Parts: sequence; structure tokens; C-alpha cells
Amino acid sequence: MSRHQAYRNYDYENDLDEYAGDDYSDEEEELSPEDRAQMDAGIAEIRAALGSASSKVTTKQIEDALWHYYYDVDKSIAYLMSNYIVPSPSSTAKSATPKKSKTGGTQELVVAEPYEQKSTQRFSFADFFHDMPWLDIPKDRETVFVEPVQPRGGLLGGASAPGKMSKLQALAAARKKKADGQKSDEKLVQKTTREMASLSLSQTSSGTAKADIKTSSTAIGSGNTPAPQGLDGVTEEKHIDINQSKSREQQKPTQSSDQLYGTNIAVTKQTVDTIPQGVAGYDEPATPSAFAQALLGPAHSSASLGPRNQYLFPYMSFTPSVADAFSEPSPDDVVLTAQSKASNKKLAASTSKKKGGADVKGDAVTDGIKTLKVDDTPLPKSKNLDVLGEFERSKSKKSASFVVVGHVDAGKSTLMGRLLLDLNVVDQRTIQRYRKEAENIGKSSFALAWVLDQRSEERSRGVTIDIATNKFETENTSFTILDAPGHRDFIPNMIAGASQADFAILVVDATTGAFEAGLKGQTREHSLLLRSMGVSRIIVAINKLDTVEWSQERFDEISQQVSGFLSATGFQLKNVSFVPVSGLHGDNMVKRSSEPTASWYTGKTLIEELESSEPMTRALDKPLRMTISEVFRSAQSPLTISGRIDAGSLQTGDALLVQPSGEKAYVKSLELDSEPVDWAVAGQNIVIHLSNIDPIHVRVGDIICDLKQPIGCIDTFTVKVLAFDILMPMQVDVHRGRLHAAGQIVEIPALLDKIKGTELKKKPKIVKPASVARVRVKMGTKVPLEAGQRVVLRSGGETVAAGLLE
Amino acid sequence: MQLVGSKSSQRLEEIGEGSVTLLPVDPEDMWHANNLIGPEDVIKAHAIRKVVNESKTGSTTSERVHTNLTIRVTSTFFDPGSSQLHVSGTVIVENSFVNLGQYHTLDLELNRPFTLWKKYGWDSVARETLSDALKQDKEGAVAAVVMQEGISNICLITEYRTILKQRVESTIPKKRSASSDQDSGMRRFFEKTLSTLIRSIDFALPRPLLLASPGFVAGDFKKYISDEGMRRGDKTMLAMAKEATVVHSSSGHLHSLNEILKSPEVLATMKDMKFSKETRFMDDFFERLRKDDGRAWYGVGPVEKAVREGAVGRGGGVLLINNSLFRSQDIATRKRYVAMVDRVKEDGGEARILSSDHESGQRLDALGGIAALLTYPILDLDDEEETHDAQVGEENMII
Repeated sequence: MSRHQAYRNYDYENDLDEYAGDDYSDEEEELSPEDRAQMDAGIAEIRAALGSASSKVTTKQIEDALWHYYYDVDKSIAYLMSNYIVPSPSSTAKSATPKKSKTGGTQELVVAEPYEQKSTQRFSFADFFHDMPWLDIPKDRETVFVEPVQPRGGLLGGASAPGKMSKLQALAAARKKKADGQKSDEKLVQKTTREMASLSLSQTSSGTAKADIKTSSTAIGSGNTPAPQGLDGVTEEKHIDINQSKSREQQKPTQSSDQLYGTNIAVTKQTVDTIPQGVAGYDEPATPSAFAQALLGPAHSSASLGPRNQYLFPYMSFTPSVADAFSEPSPDDVVLTAQSKASNKKLAASTSKKKGGADVKGDAVTDGIKTLKVDDTPLPKSKNLDVLGEFERSKSKKSASFVVVGHVDAGKSTLMGRLLLDLNVVDQRTIQRYRKEAENIGKSSFALAWVLDQRSEERSRGVTIDIATNKFETENTSFTILDAPGHRDFIPNMIAGASQADFAILVVDATTGAFEAGLKGQTREHSLLLRSMGVSRIIVAINKLDTVEWSQERFDEISQQVSGFLSATGFQLKNVSFVPVSGLHGDNMVKRSSEPTASWYTGKTLIEELESSEPMTRALDKPLRMTISEVFRSAQSPLTISGRIDAGSLQTGDALLVQPSGEKAYVKSLELDSEPVDWAVAGQNIVIHLSNIDPIHVRVGDIICDLKQPIGCIDTFTVKVLAFDILMPMQVDVHRGRLHAAGQIVEIPALLDKIKGTELKKKPKIVKPASVARVRVKMGTKVPLEAGQRVVLRSGGETVAAGLLE
Repeated sequence: MQLVGSKSSQRLEEIGEGSVTLLPVDPEDMWHANNLIGPEDVIKAHAIRKVVNESKTGSTTSERVHTNLTIRVTSTFFDPGSSQLHVSGTVIVENSFVNLGQYHTLDLELNRPFTLWKKYGWDSVARETLSDALKQDKEGAVAAVVMQEGISNICLITEYRTILKQRVESTIPKKRSASSDQDSGMRRFFEKTLSTLIRSIDFALPRPLLLASPGFVAGDFKKYISDEGMRRGDKTMLAMAKEATVVHSSSGHLHSLNEILKSPEVLATMKDMKFSKETRFMDDFFERLRKDDGRAWYGVGPVEKAVREGAVGRGGGVLLINNSLFRSQDIATRKRYVAMVDRVKEDGGEARILSSDHESGQRLDALGGIAALLTYPILDLDDEEETHDAQVGEENMII
């Protein structure tokens, strides 16, 4: 007999019988005594651990869990918790996901483990279509499809050790425990409380315009569970979030969930019990889940309330239970409002303002929908203000900006540093620190200038390179300082500054030799530029008079020369005033000079002169134009720009066009003097946080304009210029504000009469200095320019002409 | 360019109606070829042509054949960036692949000879261009970076042209942001510029490098190059930094090159290069134009009139003319310019043909491509009486 046969005939039954006690197939039914003991102990432990929540779990389930986790109590609890008691995280995660993309930073924690749970089953058609008429789907919902970030599925949550349990789960469990303590017997009562709570929400929040979100959110919390107390900041948001989603899950045992948790109907039953009562006679359409909201985008209240009497989607009636779950603002709403309150008071105000009256729920929901958008970055909401009306009403201080110009080393930055110090905008300590640092590199006299010269290059070289802005306020005006560089290489920056200014301070160095040098140099060029940029009011600050013992003769001499020169340039002398000052010591700036030798001066101090200057009239009702003078990143937005509005007005939520790139952007928020505002008008130096645009399309010197009346991009234009130097067909740099582009004069069609503007000569060969001509300029690239704008033409480092675009 | 001599080592003066066979050896030669080849000239060169054969069954096969084609030129296209010259025209000599009258575009290649017949013979300008092209003593090209904060133009200045290799733009945060932002912005900008510079210009052999900017940008960039060279232990970069000359310019736009080329630093080292000479010519002219004494004129009309009157002659008469004018598609126009040049030379004046691809040429281009300094003043060349009596009043000006 072969071995094969021996094996074939072997009686396995016998062998198996011998080990009957350990038979695997029996194990399900009968546990060994040790196992039994362990199991019992485990069950007891789990029940104890789960507390009141244990009522939701059958002994059988506990046993199963224990068995699968080899009597590891912690793991079993985690598993039970996540699967039977609080099966919510999946939907919490769902609702958190769109929110994350919306709000960025603070929310990322919430979505730590969003896709562990199966989530598709939760989807309900009724949610999806509840507010749409059959076959009449609103446009804004049609094409929206958000793909899941990751594939669904994966392990059930129970596998994680307690240590690894997500914060969300832990919190949920804790909440659950608390909630169950109360909830166990009086579900009906609780239901009433919830409705009361939602009513109280309406009362609290409909009160004042900026009603505290905290109050309302607390009210929401108390509806379902004991009020989360002492909630603050981010934790507050998270708590609410969890509360909400958890309670929603409890009340939403749809058929699909039954399938999902097939074996656990018993558990779900318990929660199902609560539903019929809540739902009875409840005919208000259910609001979409947060997820659905995210999917479907915003719906306006009219849209969502409208289709009641239209034919609804057939499945509508089958899932009435969902309705109740949304009687409060969705967790997202709460979080969003709380956030927006933190970052932007305005939004919160508008949200809470809208709540009120009978249709609290409807409004709360629509608000929620409004704030939720599908796109990564939500389109900012416009309040459709009548900006000009608001501006008239606001009656705020008049705002004015002035540019400080003058020859290099005339002491412009120091003068402004001193002004800011004397007005307590900068404190003495900062100056002391600067002084110390300046002494270290051997430039102690530059300490005051460092207030404005903040670049390391500017400090180490002791020369201003770029425009520096700063602000200060007097009793009735808020001023913006634009400190221009004096060095001839940085004239483009000075032009940028002058284009933002209402009037100017021309700083003249009174030291012997320096004044004369300046008059030939940038004192002259700067005043020419000011004149051609349309600045007509000039305060001449004759600086460093302390070095010439406050000599009145020197002051008179200089004022005479400067006024002669300015009037020749085209300034009207009534708009020019002279103040003797010392920037280093601060005489005659804010306070009158205490020097006995300077007592001869009885006129206004610098600050008085500034206050008496009227800002230019603003082109408020023109279409919006703003030259971007700075582009940077900020906390609020990756793309923030600043500049002075040349014409028109704008408000939060406006769509704008950036030229020459031709890209559209939205105003996310606005900042004026580091205060958030809703609108801005021409003449203000504003910071705009943009959204929905790639930073590539926005450069310094570009123009922000109205979408409906955009500025054109041109490469050839005719300009009527006043020549400062000989003009002939030649290559020039074209400046307009920050815009700095290369071009060339291709043609000189006519020489014009200075006063009458009539043609004197056609096609002159050259244009001599101080004459007026019409020239055609061709640019290397297309630039945003339009008629009526002032441009400056420079060539070889000199300003050769300036004029008006035709 | 090399002359491939078959015919009795041609003497250029006697070239007459004959043909020349030329061998371009470096990219610059393509530019010369572009100036030499005009419409209606005949050119014979190596070509690659796709030939489609149809078999009896109607199926087609196509193959690329190498052949020599002779075409009558209708137009030329020169790509300055890559220095490629494409010459299109009709085939005038039949062979087994192409029929008479078919169109072909020849891509002239380096190190492949081509033969050129001038339809209207070799005029003075063409001869001069040819002798320029054949000059062997080439001076090295100069690399230049014209920059300002956020913009840099990288260009190569060769003897006959200025090639803009690359323009680098980078946003640099302004004052509002912290100064560290700004510094890192500057560093990023330098990094971008340096890597582009190394990529677009070959620094294997040391060549002069000009760094120009307003303010301190160029100086900082030079320092950056040498620091980077140190850090990376890169000898080429260190050599670059050593060769670099920092020059002041008023802006970072390319047209600032003219300021750079007349700066003392550049003149000291590159005085005799063609471009710096041309820059000087233009500066002289502008200087005279400023004086407005009736001796400096520009534009085709006035200059032609002056030349006809013999005003551009012995004793300071100078004709400045851009070589782009000779590239005219219209033969008559070209002849007119050639006649002007000949006339000036006859009169004893000086005719200077400027390269339109240089900065100075561009400036001349703005003036219509032609300008002249006269030996004596003529005031009414532009046909109009000057009525210049503007008064400056106390009223506001119109602008």
C-alpha cells in the first residue's frame, strides 16, 4: 500500500474529535471558560466606559467587538464609539471639507481624517433637489461638480488605538457621553427645547447689528446638548462643529444608513424613535446639508423658498426626517460667521442683521448658502452700497496726501522723521534705537530718516531709494506722507509718489553751496515734475537753517530765488509758501522755534501750513481708475495691492479689471489706514485684498479699473507736451505714476502756441525747451493709458517733457 | 565668412556682375548674408526638400532628398535670436526632384557654402558689405546686462548688432513689506538674472561683461555673482565677476545702452569697436541737431535734397544711413539710397552705414533711418517757413 493510500484512508474524524474542545467552528457559540470570563469582564468594562451611551449598543455588538480586538477594551470602545454610538465623523468631515478650502488656515485640523468613513451612502436626492422645481434646475447649480479629494473607503474607524483616535472622535465621544446623560429619557422635552433654542437664537441675534455670534452659537449648542461653556476662538468653532454634526446624525437615520449599518438596526431604531414626533406636520422644505450646500453653491432665499408650490422631485416626500436637522444654521455657518467675525466684522454684521422676524430659519440657511461657495476662493459678497452717498454721509476727516521732494541730501526723510516723532506717531524709544544702530555704522545723523527709510540698502547707504508712506492725523485732517527719493537715479520713484499727492513739500537745503547745487539739480527737476503732474500747491521748507544761525538774509535770498524759479515753472505764487525749519531739531515744524536767533519768523509752522492746504477735488463719479503702487502678500490674501484711487470708487465684492493683463479680480476686502472698510473713493490711499486672480497678472504700475468702462491698452498715442529739453524723434522712457515703460517719439506733428493752443508750425524738426508741441509716442509694449492722463517723458536720465494725453 | 574661391581668387573690386561663393562660419555671418542677399538675386545652395512620389497604383511615398537648388530670391527672413536666415524664391534650375518655377525656401546653414549672383551687379554698398563680411579680424562680442529693480535685459553686443537674448522680470516687494521680504525679493531677482545670463550667453571663454543700472543694482549684482562663484566654487562665475564692468545708466530699458556705450568705462576698453564708433556718430549728430543751426537734418526728404545740392561734401559733410534701408524689397528705393551714398563719397563727404541692429542704429531709425550733417547751413529744407513767436505770459499754460 502506498503512502498515498494511507493518507487517503486516514480517519480525520477521530483526530478532530480529540480536539473537540478547541474546535474552531464551535467557538462562535461557545467560548472557553477563560474567554467567557474575559469577555464578561470586558463587557462590564466597556459598559462602564460608555456610560449611558452603552444603552445604544447591544451586548452582542460589544462581544463582537471584544472578540475581534482580542479583548482590547480601548480599541473596542473606539470601534463601538465610531460605528454605533457616534457614527458621525464621516459627515462632519464631509461638511468640513468644503469649508476648509474656503477658509484656509484655521480649519485644517477639523478635516484630519475625513475619509475613513464611507460617506456616499449618506447622500440624499431629496436634499439635493429639495428646492428646485422638477426639470427646472437653476443655472447656478448645473455645472458644479466637486470631485472628492481622495477616494472614499478605507478602514473603519475602530481600528485606531485610543491614542490614535482623532481629536474629532474623542471630542465627539465626550460630547456624546454628556448628551446621553440628559437625553436618555425625555426626548420629547428635548425636542421642544431645541425649538425653543432656535427661537431664542432668532431673538438674540436679531437684536443689534453686530450681535455676538458667540451668543447665538451658545444658543445653538444648548438646543441639543448642554451648552458648551467658555468656548473661545478656534476651539469654539470646533466644538460647535462637532455638536452640530453629531446631533444631525442622531436624527437622520435614513434608509441608506440602515443598509450601511445593516446589523445594527437595533441601535439606529433608538434614534429613529425621536424622528416621527419631530417631523409630524413639518412641511417646511429641508435645507440642504452642509455638503449639499457646498456642492450646489449658493441659492438665494427667493430661489429656495419659491418652488414650494411647484412640482417637486418625486422622492421628496419620502425623507421628511431630514428637515428637522437643519433648523439651526449649519455648523459651517456657525464656524464661518464666527470666523468672519474675527477677521471681518462687517460680514458678521450683515449675517446677523439679516436674521430676524419670522423666517429666521430660512434666512439663516440662505445666509449659510451665500457664504458657502463651490469655488476654492469664494466670490466676495458685495453689499451694493451707494458708495458716493456713504461718502457724503460719512463726514469723516478730510484726507490729504503730500509728497516730500527736494534735492538729494536736503533732509527730506529726516524732516519727516522729525515730524512723525513730534506728533507722537513714532515714539522716542524707537528713535533711540535707530540712533544707536545708526551710530554703529557711523551715520548717527540719519536716525530720524530711518523712520521712513526702512530698507537695509537705504539705511546702509544713507539714501532714500523708494517712496515711503506713513500717516499722521491732525485735528481735522488725516495726512499721508509720501517721502520721495532725491537722488536722480530714483526719479521714477519720485514720479510715482508725486502722482499720488495732493500737494507737496519742497525741501531746500539752506547750507551754502548745497542750495545752489540743488537748484541746478533735483530741486529744479522735481518742481518741474510736480508742475507737470498737476500738483499746484507747494510748501517750500527751507531746511538746515540752524547751520547758518537762522540767518534771515539767507532765508530771504533763498525764498526769492525759489519763488522766481517756481513762477517761471508755472506755479502761481499764491499757492507757494515758505517756512524756515530745522529737520534735525524740529524748529518751526510742530512747535515754533525756541531759538532766539529764529524769533524773526512769525509765520505759520509747517504743520499749520499743511492744515491750511486744501486737497485737490476728486473725480468721484468717474469710472474707477487706480494705479497699483505696491503688490505684496498679506495675512488676509496672497495678493494684496495698494495705491491711491485716481478716480471713481469701489467697494467690497466689486469685480475689477487689471490692465494690461486684462484679468478679472474681486475685491475681497478693503483697508484704509489699517482699518477694514467697506468702500473707498478717489483720493484715498487704499489697500485692496484681491481674490480670484493669479498674482502673475498683477504688477506694480498696472491699472485697476472698472469692468464696464475699462481703460484701453494702447501702444501709440499723441500727447501734448511741454518740452524741458530739446525734443526730436528719439527714445524715451514714459512714466505715469508707477508705470515706467520704454517708447520712442516717432513723430512731431505740430508745434503749438503755449497759451492759445493753436498750431504754430507743422512737423517741426526739433522742439526747443519751454515750447509746447504735439508728439506721437510709440511704446514697446501695450500699456494702459487714456486721454487726459499726465505722462512724463524722460531720456538719458533727464526729464525731457511732460504733458497730457490726447 | 569665407570666400570659397574657384574663379582666379576674385578681386572684389572687379567683381562686377559675377558671382561669389561664400562660406558662413559663424552666426554673425548670417546677418551679413542677410544684408547681401536682396530680392531678385540668384542664390544656389544646399537644400533639403521633401519629394512626393506617386506610384502606379496611386499610393504616395515621400522622402527627403539632399540636393542643390538654385532659386531667384523673392524674400528673406532673418531670425535675430537664433541667427538663422531663410531665403525664399522660385527654382530656376531644374533637376530631377524639382521643376522649374516651384517655390522653395532655403535655410542657409553654417559651414555650407552658397553662391550668390546679384541681379543688378555689385554696387558700392554691396561691395562694402561684402568686404565687411569677409573681414577676418573679428572682435569678441560683449555681453551686457541692463537692469533696474525688477527688470533686466540680457544682451550680446557683437560687432554688427546688438542681440537681446533675454528679458528677465521679477516682482520685488516694495517698502510696505518687511525689509527681509525685499532683500529676498532682490536675491530671487539676481538669481533669476544670473541663471538666465549663464544660460543664454556662453562664458566659457572670458568675455567682457557690462552691468548697467541706475542706483546700486548693478554693483550689487556684480557682488552677487562673485559671492555665488565663491559659494559654488565656480571658476567661470568668478571670472565673470572679474571681467564685469559696472556702468551707470538712467534706466533698465534696453535703450539705455547708448548711455552705457558712451560711458568712459566702456570707451576705455572698447573704443575701436564698431558699435562704439557708431554710437559716437549718433551722439555727434544729436549734438549738432541740438544747436539747430541748419546743418543737421534728418529724414529722407530733406537729406536727399541736401545731398543733391552737394551740401554733404568735403569739410565735415557726413551722411548717416541705416543699413536696413538697403534691405528694401524695392530695387528702385535701394538704388536711390545707393546713389546718395555714392554722391556723398564723390563730393568728398563721409558716408557711414550704421547697423540698424545696434542701439545707435535704432536711434537713427527713429529719425527715419537717414540723417546728414551739412557743410554749410540750409534752413528751409523742410519746405516751410518758420514762424516762431511764442510769448510767455502770466496766464496759465494750456498744459
